[in-house]
Amino acid sequence: MMFVRFFTQTVVSALGQIWVNKLRAVLTALGIIIGVGSITAVIAALEGMKTNILTQFESFGSDTMWIWGEVPRELRGKIQWSQVRITVEQVEALQEHCQTIETLTPVTSNSWTIENGDVALAGIQVTAFRPEWHDIERRYVIQGRQFSSVDEETRRQVCLVNEQAVNELRLDRDPVGDYITVDRRRFMIIGILETKDSGGMLRMGDAQTEVFVPFSTALKMNQWTWPYLMAKIKSPDLIDDAKAEVRFIMRKARELEPGTPDTFGIQVLQNAIDQFKKVASSITLVAGGIVAVSLLVGGIGIMNIMLVSVSERTREIGLRKAVGARPGVIMIQFLVEAVLLCVVGGAIGIVVGQGLTVAMQLLFPDTPFESAEIPAWAILLAFAFSGSVGIIFGIFPAIKAALLNPISALRKD
Amino acid sequence: MTIRIRNMRKIYKMGVERIHALAGVDLDIERNEFVAIMGASGSGKSTLMNILGCLDRPTKGFYELNGKLTHKMGAAELAAVRNKEIGFVFQSFELLPRATALKNVMLPLLYSKRGWQARRAAKRALERVGLSDRMRHRPNQLSGGQKQRVAIARALVNQPSIILADEPTGNLDSTTGDEIIKLFNELHREGQTIVIVTHEEDIAGHAERIVRLRDGKIISDMPTADDPIHRQWVEQAAAKLTSITDDTRGAGPDAAQPFDVATTFVALADRAEAPA
Repeated sequence: MMFVRFFTQTVVSALGQIWVNKLRAVLTALGIIIGVGSITAVIAALEGMKTNILTQFESFGSDTMWIWGEVPRELRGKIQWSQVRITVEQVEALQEHCQTIETLTPVTSNSWTIENGDVALAGIQVTAFRPEWHDIERRYVIQGRQFSSVDEETRRQVCLVNEQAVNELRLDRDPVGDYITVDRRRFMIIGILETKDSGGMLRMGDAQTEVFVPFSTALKMNQWTWPYLMAKIKSPDLIDDAKAEVRFIMRKARELEPGTPDTFGIQVLQNAIDQFKKVASSITLVAGGIVAVSLLVGGIGIMNIMLVSVSERTREIGLRKAVGARPGVIMIQFLVEAVLLCVVGGAIGIVVGQGLTVAMQLLFPDTPFESAEIPAWAILLAFAFSGSVGIIFGIFPAIKAALLNPISALRKD
Repeated sequence: MTIRIRNMRKIYKMGVERIHALAGVDLDIERNEFVAIMGASGSGKSTLMNILGCLDRPTKGFYELNGKLTHKMGAAELAAVRNKEIGFVFQSFELLPRATALKNVMLPLLYSKRGWQARRAAKRALERVGLSDRMRHRPNQLSGGQKQRVAIARALVNQPSIILADEPTGNLDSTTGDEIIKLFNELHREGQTIVIVTHEEDIAGHAERIVRLRDGKIISDMPTADDPIHRQWVEQAAAKLTSITDDTRGAGPDAAQPFDVATTFVALADRAEAPA
């Protein structure tokens, strides 16, 4: 009871002390304010980016695997790029033997000219795949039909377009059954593919004009095309098994001697997510380090001003001691003042950080910063940090005050 | 017995030199005494005052305050004794500038176990010194005399066994100083033990006992009425005043401040009669 009364009075009088020296308090706490403000803004931006990018990754499915041919560093110059190309035989080998893969498709994309009567668009990305692609990419036909195995096997000149392509090529509202020219060949449009909602980091701005053809048809048109594989792993738990299995089968199919490097690369989305998270947390760490320095500087400012305060109020300390304040009580009084100074600074810093976050949202719409938000843990952390800075840098002046000799303190001018 | 001091010594070291601020002091102060401690600067009266007030510890010797052996205590224990047993009144008031009179008076109770009744006790103390209408005023809204009354209320608030006043009228004009001294007299009549440190014979004259110090030793300790130095001073002052008032009478009403002289004269005349 006595402690509670004493503590509330101490807090109230410390707040009064801060209020009396408002300007000085704000200037003193500036280091803390800047530190806390910047760290919360950085954390908010990173959190925004994380949420945004992870949402995009989720839309792909974290169980998607990519496999592509590459010349390993050790063999650079010794083997040709054409030797590491993914071949149809390898695709079949994986399809046949791989237990952990649910489905897979070779994918290749070329940049070709598309024509519809007078309308000609050069450099359009034409992606080629097998029908399994829809399930892996989770992107489906919204009108007409998807490729059939007959289209694939007989290398039919059929194609899918997206809505953007319908507009750009001035196609009919229902273009199914109409014909367009892809790289000087006539293709029948058999369906419209949905536009994938993936604004933000990976595909900024508007959706692009896209045309899709069967994989075998693209291979017929350009035999030097560079295919890669997209595969769907049976379960997210099997990511590591799947990578090992795919690697084993690929090495076998390519007849690689033991001890020689892989001539292909494997990537799983989950790994990319993990990598992204790692990068994000290392950015947080670096930012945290910078902020620690600014808090340190701020803390030195706090210590400085508390020492000034102790020396200014020497007579007051002397009086308080004379009327019966024990040394510990004086120490707590000054410590509470330092901590409150820091915590108030931290609170202002969080407001500043929130301001920066809102500014970020308004200045960079349609970017990952749009979803920037200060998480609750960052606020708690900011308070905990500024409070500890107050304790660490306030303790020395507080002890100094506590040890003052009441006689000389009262005699001081 | 309130205070018992035996063979008290206080030695300060200044480089290699050892200064004996107190060189063996024996002093007893009973309950409800009004004692003046006098001495020139350097006589050791401030040192004695600080030790009496438990602000300092003697180098050697014995100090018992209300049955507590304070010369053996540590800083925290001494703080508790100061809080409970001693009320300080300082020359320059030492009020917290931003706190109201009431808050200033409540300050000792912040460090006391009696804190739950702080407001009531503080109000009562302010009423006692005649400032019930100034409770919400800050020190800068009060006159010097009022400030010292607040300080006295603060000294009284925890019902100390002894009030220690260090030159309490040193910063006040003589009229206000007299009022403060009268207040001390009233408190004394109500049973309060008071020790006042001063170098003014005028002020010391109100006490019932004068202790004189020189070079860290007590050179005289007797009732005010018996103190030869004080009696001599009273006679001299009375004679001087008589001559001044005679001169004034001759020179007309504008020559001196008749009001000030008259009140002082009356006060001194009363006292001059007392021992006779």
